[in-house]
Amino acid sequence: MNRPARDQRSFARAIGGAFALSAAASIGLTVVYALGGQPQIEGALIGASLGGLALGFVWWGTHLLPQGPFVEEREPLTSAPAERLAFTEDFTRLAQETPRRRFLGRMLLVAVGALAAAAVFPIRSLGPGPGRSLFRTAWRRGSKLVTEEGGPVAVGDLPVGGVVTVFPEASVGVADSQTILVRVDPASFRPLPGRETWSPQGYLAYSKICTHAGCPVGLYEQSTNSLFCPCHQSVFDVVDGAKPVAGPATRPLPQLPLEVGPDGLLRAQSDFTEPVGPGYWNEGS
Amino acid sequence: MITRPLARWFDDRLRASSFAHHALNKVFPDDWSFMLGEIALYSFVILVLTGTFLTFFFTPSSKEIVYQGSYAPLRGTRMSEAYASVLKISFDVRGGLVFRQMHHWAANLFVAAIVIHLVRIFFTGAFRRPRELNWLIGVTLLALGIFNGFTGYSLPDDLLSGTGLRIAYSIALSIPVVGTWTAFLIFGGEFPSQDILRRLLITHIMIVPALLVALISAHLAILWRQKHTQFRGRGRTETNVVGSKLWPTYAAKSLGLFFGIAAVLGAFGGLLQINPIWLYGPFSPSTVTSPAQPDWYLGWVEGALRIFPPWEFRSFGHAVPNPFYPAVLLPGVTFLILYAWPFLERWATGDRAEHHLLDRARDHPARTAIGAGAFTFYVVLHFAASNDLLAKTFLVSVSAVTWAFRILVVTLPVLVGAITYAWLSAVHRSEAEGVLRVPLAAFVPVEPPPTDDEGEHVEPPPGHGLYDPRSTAP
Repeated sequence: MNRPARDQRSFARAIGGAFALSAAASIGLTVVYALGGQPQIEGALIGASLGGLALGFVWWGTHLLPQGPFVEEREPLTSAPAERLAFTEDFTRLAQETPRRRFLGRMLLVAVGALAAAAVFPIRSLGPGPGRSLFRTAWRRGSKLVTEEGGPVAVGDLPVGGVVTVFPEASVGVADSQTILVRVDPASFRPLPGRETWSPQGYLAYSKICTHAGCPVGLYEQSTNSLFCPCHQSVFDVVDGAKPVAGPATRPLPQLPLEVGPDGLLRAQSDFTEPVGPGYWNEGS
Repeated sequence: MITRPLARWFDDRLRASSFAHHALNKVFPDDWSFMLGEIALYSFVILVLTGTFLTFFFTPSSKEIVYQGSYAPLRGTRMSEAYASVLKISFDVRGGLVFRQMHHWAANLFVAAIVIHLVRIFFTGAFRRPRELNWLIGVTLLALGIFNGFTGYSLPDDLLSGTGLRIAYSIALSIPVVGTWTAFLIFGGEFPSQDILRRLLITHIMIVPALLVALISAHLAILWRQKHTQFRGRGRTETNVVGSKLWPTYAAKSLGLFFGIAAVLGAFGGLLQINPIWLYGPFSPSTVTSPAQPDWYLGWVEGALRIFPPWEFRSFGHAVPNPFYPAVLLPGVTFLILYAWPFLERWATGDRAEHHLLDRARDHPARTAIGAGAFTFYVVLHFAASNDLLAKTFLVSVSAVTWAFRILVVTLPVLVGAITYAWLSAVHRSEAEGVLRVPLAAFVPVEPPPTDDEGEHVEPPPGHGLYDPRSTAP
């Protein structure tokens, strides 16, 4: 039902006003842009420009145009049986009018299957295979520990309670080799069996890659000797072989065996003795 | 007017008048909840427009350079070309920041509108025959929308998104048997690879958008063919549609909605900061932001990763690592159930009839209870993705918050589902008794309450069976 003519005239005026506002905002937008642009003013003007159009159209639709309600009947969604039959007959004509169709069908299946199998192989080009790369890092026997800036770490560099991220010399920044070096009071903890020689003068080095989902375990709390992963809140106990004590992680952070060289610099005794980072299917093999 | 000669010109070549006439007179129901799908559609339009602009300036390269642009705090910093190009879009390309932020807001709105649309479809039973196809397409659109949101916010190569990619790599790695190969083939080698940004870009601006356009078109074509559902009401039956005609009333309102959404997104883009990558800094594999959270539509997966207990399966030297269960299995099962729902419900209720009138959620205690319970489950997971922030806000330990969520995620959905079921069943019973009392009181209702035909079990009226001989439809 349409409104009285007087109402309609006032709505027409309002809609015209909305369109005018939109036009003014668009002109303003051009000017702001030409003068160098300013994000906040641009946002406000885009809002006004498009908002004016929005108001105009909505008022137009709800106040000036026929409101109904109109009724439309639905047509059945299903075809007549005869039409359906005609279609299936047309479609199956391929099979009915072909001699030796079973043989042809099988050969076609073989051909398509072989093509599909061949088509899978280009996917292999997308990357190198994992090989043993997940089992190794850049750490080697005798690798100097260096900081992100590349400087070596001498045995007196870190106070008790200190923490620094280290890499193997010549592989600074290599993601799978990032290691967190913590110094604790050697009297305050007992190394795990088999690791007695790994932590000279209280220096403990662990892979910095969380064994849960791979984030860098970047937060160290000195009072509890805990390493925190900021992604999913796993907590590792530094003085107990970096075993997970809270959160979703299941494996300890692998420990890097350390030694002090004759020059007083910290070095690795070897690579990590187990895979670093999050788990995968064949990590145990 | 030019209309007549123009119409004649096209009709002489396309014989389009009859179709166009019918199209303009097509009736669309007037109900606010039918706008939700349109909001998603129009957000997509804005995404394509703003995204095209951004593509002209983005460089998908992890080659390291020293930043020399106009954002002073980062000048002299080493960063990837990708990150530098996003800084350039944000600070040196005129209008770039507004378009970038519009794009990000539009992505959030796109997925939000799809989710709310899905919730509406679910609780009103609009997925039932004949609309199962559009339900399947819709669920796929949701999955693609979430996926493309992730690929999009991973592109700037900032510290936050790099952390997200690191987690995605670890999740791929956790898949049994094929995980390492999957991760290596997707990323082009061990994380962080040189290839991933280019692959993300092609996926984000070509592959997924092409799929989205195709599926949105199919969604709309099927909608057009099957016509809208409608809520019950005077004069509304299973065999008609009551509402506004496409032309001109509905078109004007819908155009208004489009400009309204564009206006809000444009204003947000200019006035409300989103994803300030210059504050996060460039990606570096040994650094991380805290707090680190994904965009909202992946909050449920993030929450599940955070509160899933430290369990995993290991035997014979093989492992199915912890992230597999919350980040592969849970989303897999979630989408499997979503896809299967129309068929599960048909199997459970035996209802195979065609439905064009919508249910009221209250009339279907079982479906509504399951939906409410499931929704609660995902909301709890969503908040669990903030366990560190909640712990900080309420001055309790993260561990306590995590345990609270572990308990809540199991109990709260069951509780909400049970209460919903009991409550709606009681409402249903009392309404049924009310209907029975009517004839005894010799009271003739002017308008029968909408529940007096038993929704699901009603026989389709004539003209709606398999074949109607009176039908003259082609």
